[in-house]
Amino acid sequence: MYKILEKEDIAPGEKLYVLDAPDIARKAKPGQFVIIIIDEKGERIPLTIADFNREKGTITIIVQEVGKSTMQLGNIKKGEGILNVVGPLGIPTHIEKYGTVVCVGGGVGIACIYPIARGMKEAGNRVISILGARTKDFIFWEDKIKTVSDEFYITTDDGSSGKKGFVSDQLKDIIDNKEKIDLVMTIGPAIMMKVVSETTRPFNIKTVVSLNSIMVDGTGMCGSCRVEVDGKTKFACVDGPDFDAHKVNFNLLNDRQKVYLKEEKEAHKKCRLEERISGNK
Amino acid sequence: MAINKNKTPMPSQSPGERVKNFNEVPLGYTQEQAVAEAKRCIQCKNAPCVDGCPVEIDIPAFIKMIAEGDFIGAAIKLKEKNCLPGVCGRVCPQEDQCEKVCTLARKFDPVAIGSLERFAADYEQGRGKIKIPEKTKANGKKIAVVGSGPSGLTIAGDLAKLGYKVTIFEALHKAGGVLVYGIPEFRLPKSIVQREVDYIEKLGVEIKPDYVIGKVHAVDELFEMGYDAVYVGIGAGLPMFMKIDGENLNGVYSANELLTRSNLMKAYDDSYDTPVIKAKKYAVVGGGNVAMDSARTALRLGAEKVYNVYRRSRKEMPARDEEIERAEEEGIDFRLLTNPVRIIDNGNGWVKALECIRMELGEPDESGRRRPVPVKSSEFTIDVDVVVMAIGAGANPLLTSATPDIKLNKWGYITVDEKTGMTSKKNVYAGGDIVTGSATVISAMGVARKIARVIHESFKYEK
Ligand SMILES: Cc1cc2nc3c(=O)[nH]c(=O)nc-3n(C[C@H](O)[C@H](O)[C@H](O)COP(=O)(O)OP(=O)(O)OC[C@H]3O[C@@H](n4cnc5c(N)ncnc54)[C@H](O)[C@@H]3O)c2cc1C
Ligand SMILES: Cc1cc2nc3c(=O)[nH]c(=O)nc-3n(C[C@H](O)[C@H](O)[C@H](O)COP(=O)(O)OP(=O)(O)OC[C@H]3O[C@@H](n4cnc5c(N)ncnc54)[C@H](O)[C@@H]3O)c2cc1C
Ligand code: SF4
Ligand code: SF4
Ligand code: FES
Repeated sequence: MYKILEKEDIAPGEKLYVLDAPDIARKAKPGQFVIIIIDEKGERIPLTIADFNREKGTITIIVQEVGKSTMQLGNIKKGEGILNVVGPLGIPTHIEKYGTVVCVGGGVGIACIYPIARGMKEAGNRVISILGARTKDFIFWEDKIKTVSDEFYITTDDGSSGKKGFVSDQLKDIIDNKEKIDLVMTIGPAIMMKVVSETTRPFNIKTVVSLNSIMVDGTGMCGSCRVEVDGKTKFACVDGPDFDAHKVNFNLLNDRQKVYLKEEKEAHKKCRLEERISGNK
Repeated sequence: MAINKNKTPMPSQSPGERVKNFNEVPLGYTQEQAVAEAKRCIQCKNAPCVDGCPVEIDIPAFIKMIAEGDFIGAAIKLKEKNCLPGVCGRVCPQEDQCEKVCTLARKFDPVAIGSLERFAADYEQGRGKIKIPEKTKANGKKIAVVGSGPSGLTIAGDLAKLGYKVTIFEALHKAGGVLVYGIPEFRLPKSIVQREVDYIEKLGVEIKPDYVIGKVHAVDELFEMGYDAVYVGIGAGLPMFMKIDGENLNGVYSANELLTRSNLMKAYDDSYDTPVIKAKKYAVVGGGNVAMDSARTALRLGAEKVYNVYRRSRKEMPARDEEIERAEEEGIDFRLLTNPVRIIDNGNGWVKALECIRMELGEPDESGRRRPVPVKSSEFTIDVDVVVMAIGAGANPLLTSATPDIKLNKWGYITVDEKTGMTSKKNVYAGGDIVTGSATVISAMGVARKIARVIHESFKYEK
């Protein structure tokens, strides 16, 4: 059992959990993830390590409730536990002094970009952060990310916070202002990562994405997480999750994320129904 | 008393019935059947059968106990040498091991050694009371075992009995390796694996699931943590693909993925959350046990039609005969001398058909089997929704790439000193599939037993 030490509503349908997991906290690096299993019958859910505290032995995850398992997790209370947490998995984000690094986080990807922005800052980079979401309620960790950024921008689809538009518009502005950018790091929905990648491609700016393909074991044993990079098949869990954005086949990623759409819809319905019956929502 | 020429048959579920469930196919001997079979053993003085068993079970002795009705005694006898008798009695390729060299096999059917082993193990379990052998006094030495497959469990059990403090680190959330994620429930019920894992724990072994060594702890850190030796039994769990067009389409599985979803994650049981694609038509590519397991799993998941596509002929299939026969009985459609060339999509990112080419057998290759060569312009397609690649497994580099001082061969398997099982890194040993490539449960266990003795010897004179 891994105890939930803190739990917080961070945005609509997005929750933060601080887990007691000292061995993982000791080893975690920016860009890595864990796989959790809620209970005996649960599936294996990959989640980015959004923060870690080696002294306290804790890791933080931020979860968007999109389906049966993430919604079920939402019902678990502070003080209760999760059956399994395994990690840290994946190759850590390569952090070095590049010069100027732009960190672009969209949606729940804001959480994933934080440890990377912090790492890049600590390595002596000039960090420009761009956070994006549908509307202002979905922006979180503003202060946290500001403290590790030299420049900081928000974009929302409806203009309720920051600039109206997409993260890629803001990025384009920065590029057009002739700012010399050495690296763009981006994490968010597949479509956002694709657009960011297309934004930087004409300018030959090195761009790295963190791919969230469907996973099972997370150790390179099953091949569920196959992605195509530079025309070659890679396993996102062990060869990644970070890859050179300009070489990623995003269409394939997008298709493969929908493999279980039918099964998920059924599970989702069942889950909503159960919640209604038990009077949870 | 004349010896019955034939093995006592084991009752089993009928093909029509069993494809509708995930329950075990053979049902096990009754006491009467077990005694009758045990009495066929002529108790050879030289016991050639024992030499055929990689863990050297005293076969005549345990069989004699069954013949005399001392079933518990038989189980205890088995466990002197084999801490997983319920598993081995089921999945050992007995026809190539102990039973192959049984004296009776010269004229008749050999004694059904595996079935008797299974019977004794199940009987003891059924009685609920498991006797834990006396342990040697703790000797203060700590051993870390990486991987909880048959080899890891065996060495852990053996060393624990000798007084070592043993911890197993396992990447997955359940112990057992291929026994829990690969081999299907209908061949090896997970409750049987669990009770044998429980037995290892009762011997004093600590099992830590969710620990991926190479990530959460490096091998060197295990020594810093106070372990005196490390055994690496991480198996050969890297799935292979054919590198043909369309292999990343939705609906293409590695055998490992299909089996893991079904076995470890129980996707066939609706009360579990893990999804699995439920489709009408499957093609499983490959001719080994893994292919048979995948094909039979697909049927049980509700497929209407399951093809097995294999590039050589039936004679060259590496799967056990018994498994191929069961698959045939269950209605798997074998397409032999057939090789996939590409997977065709339906325009929406999903599999629509498998394009294949006919093959014929040419000259023998290095493996001594006749090499399959494509017949020109013989391409044809099979309409399917799901393709399962069961064409073999390789060495997973996760641990070894993080431990560069462990030397590997050109295929990525760990090279060891043949006599001791020690790797190029001091006090790090390795055995099982990560050394030999995909092999068998019992060979992985046999090597583990030997290395347990080597480790014990190496510490005996140390003070
Ligand atoms: C490396 C990695 C890091 C991730 N980090 C985060 C994070 O920090 N916060 C967060 O909210 N989400 C993260 N995700 C996505 C998260 O794992 C899925 O949202 C979650 O598994 C959905 O489960 P569900 O049962 O609630 O939804 P479902 O209804 O089962 O699925 C909804 C969608 O989630 C995706 N998904 C489903 N199962 C999996 C799976 N086993 N692996 C990956 N994706 C899946 C699919 O695209 C699916 O269509 C990450 C995924 C990966 C691979
Ligand atoms: C589908 C299938 C059917 C089979 N059928 C038969 C059969 O009928 N009869 C037979 O004799 N053999 C059969 N085999 C082969 C047999 O299962 C293997 O030879 C045997 O399991 C090898 O044992 P092992 O201990 O070396 O490794 P495995 O059983 O592979 O166990 C290795 C374990 O190590 C863990 N691990 C890997 N990396 C790490 C890491 N870095 N840190 C921590 N843990 C790690 C893995 O998760 C796994 O649990 C079959 C294999 C498969 C796949
Ligand atoms: S363990 Fe395998 S080889 Fe040994 S006696 Fe049992 S069935 Fe035969
Ligand atoms: S060789 Fe066969 S008959 Fe002889 S002791 Fe062994 S099992 Fe019995
Ligand atoms: S999740 Fe299984 S190989 Fe990546």
